[in-house]
Amino acid sequence: MTLDDLDDIDRRLINRLQDGLPLVARPYAAVADELEVAEGDLLYRLERLREGGVLSRFGPMYHAERLGGGLTLAALAVPEADFERVIDAVNAFPEVAHNYRREHELNMWFVLATETPEAIDTAIAGIEAATGLPVYNMPKEEEFHVRLHLPV
Amino acid sequence: MSVSTCPSSPVSSRDVQACEPRELDAVDRAIVLATQAGLPLVPDPWGAVGREVGLSGEAVLERMQAMQARGVIRRVAAVPNHYRLGYVANGMTVWNVDDAHVARLGREVAALEGVSHCYRRPRHLPHWPYNLFAMLHGRSHDEVERQASVLRECLGEACRDHRILYSSRILKKTGLRLAGSRPGAASDIERRG
Repeated sequence: MTLDDLDDIDRRLINRLQDGLPLVARPYAAVADELEVAEGDLLYRLERLREGGVLSRFGPMYHAERLGGGLTLAALAVPEADFERVIDAVNAFPEVAHNYRREHELNMWFVLATETPEAIDTAIAGIEAATGLPVYNMPKEEEFHVRLHLPV
Repeated sequence: MSVSTCPSSPVSSRDVQACEPRELDAVDRAIVLATQAGLPLVPDPWGAVGREVGLSGEAVLERMQAMQARGVIRRVAAVPNHYRLGYVANGMTVWNVDDAHVARLGREVAALEGVSHCYRRPRHLPHWPYNLFAMLHGRSHDEVERQASVLRECLGEACRDHRILYSSRILKKTGLRLAGSRPGAASDIERRG
């Protein structure tokens, strides 16, 4: 499913629901009223968008730290010849939620998510031992914005 | 196009001002576990979650309203797949901004077009002088670079240097999960691109 498969109502629905579902007794009916479609039509479309992969998910966005866990962004400067080995070594840690290659001397960037804030340091020490490389830990010190809105 | 779109006054961020984190109790935690893979697509989603965790729909709704009010839930929302919507260029922009001004400027650039996440993070001198991170999303590298030039203008003389780090390969991508939960969960980190 791609952009070309979306009609005008799908687009309005995607744009509207990126802003958030109202927390009321019949939330989908409330949004359906706003968009002037039937509740059943809205639910069908939403399911199709989710199943078709246009939406990665639909549901509550939780604030990781307020769930009591630890979260940080960290980077490695990996020698090119060693890159594949280091991918395996880093990804083997279940605490690594996301890992991206980026084009910079610091060429591997990953997010660590742990059950407790204290477990971040343990995971970093483990990754340093497994890779033989220093981890550049860049926890957020201040949050200005977390909100993805991609109009279609 | 050269006109700065920098907002004249800082935009208030509810996340920055929200109350202190509070422990989740067992009921909250059960609701998190039951919903972190997604909210049921049925007319009464709260009732459906309630049947899973042994609560009434009304109780689930009240709990979720309370969690949203104290910032544990940012919002209940659709998360689009960037790539499917044509946003194929994702640039992590990093900026070396004067410490004296970074708090104010961070709020300002966070409100600019294309910015999804914006944080202050520690420098690692001498290798890494950048202390402000803004993730940009565009339909092309050109579009991301146009967005970045607006940020550059907004930051002005307080910014000494910046870089755009494009992701060139996804090496791993899983959601955040509480222990004992199902895959596919999401939180802040789900949308980092």
